[in-house]
Amino acid sequence: MNANLLFDFTVDKEAKTIHVKREFDADRSLVWKAWTTADLLDQWWAPQPFRNKTKAMDFSEGGFWHYYMISPENEKHWCRFDYEKIDVEKKFTGLDAFCDEAGNLNTAFSRMHWQNNFASAGNGTVVNITITVDSFETLEKIIEMGFKEGFTQGLDQLETLLGTLKG
Amino acid sequence: MRRDIFQAIADPSRRAIIALIALHAMTPNAIAEHFDTSRQAVSKHLRILTECELVKQDHRGREIFYQLEINKMKEIDKWLEQYRVIWERRFSQLDTLLTTLKKTKK
Repeated sequence: MNANLLFDFTVDKEAKTIHVKREFDADRSLVWKAWTTADLLDQWWAPQPFRNKTKAMDFSEGGFWHYYMISPENEKHWCRFDYEKIDVEKKFTGLDAFCDEAGNLNTAFSRMHWQNNFASAGNGTVVNITITVDSFETLEKIIEMGFKEGFTQGLDQLETLLGTLKG
Repeated sequence: MRRDIFQAIADPSRRAIIALIALHAMTPNAIAEHFDTSRQAVSKHLRILTECELVKQDHRGREIFYQLEINKMKEIDKWLEQYRVIWERRFSQLDTLLTTLKKTKK
């Protein structure tokens, strides 16, 4: 990871919001593309050792992205991201939730509301993310998912991969 | 059995109890008034919260008040820290992707 890139992560437990701010070393149109194009999202959205697969993507207001994250044990976690407002290359908002293969929402977990803002900063782009949750339970499920056995192993693999890429 | 804090906050009723007593210490009866469930169910949740050391009992005369252990709640911060790690991972993958995309564009 590039240590020079800005990365802020703050949690407001009272307001049940999470703010993530991250700088990327690429222009705004490219960063926007990586956030809104299925085949690009598939390459980074799922944290290692998970892999991401898109079933369907309709990036438009009222449309949604239907995808799953697959664990090293081949367990699929289906999700859908419903897009609300889209302001091209500037901002998009939506609701992220767990669902099934057919896209039916998993009502056991509340949906997370996302607001993603994209701003140019020098030659790079700063993405500001505000996630609002009804409860932290959904978050807990995500964390549990990502931190099951096999995760540390995945981290080691990634370290190795990154080492190869750098070398 | 040693219980952990995440089990404590995994339950919506227990989170509601935490939110209630975060304001001020309360007796089990006062807490139960806020819920449709039985007094027994509330007692059970309080027992679990006590075992997790998220709440402590404060005896005042014949009454027992339950009060929140603020420091224990800070453990949740550690847990949120794990969510931060997920984001770091994601973003480092995005960095790699963006680098690749920039190269192919040129």
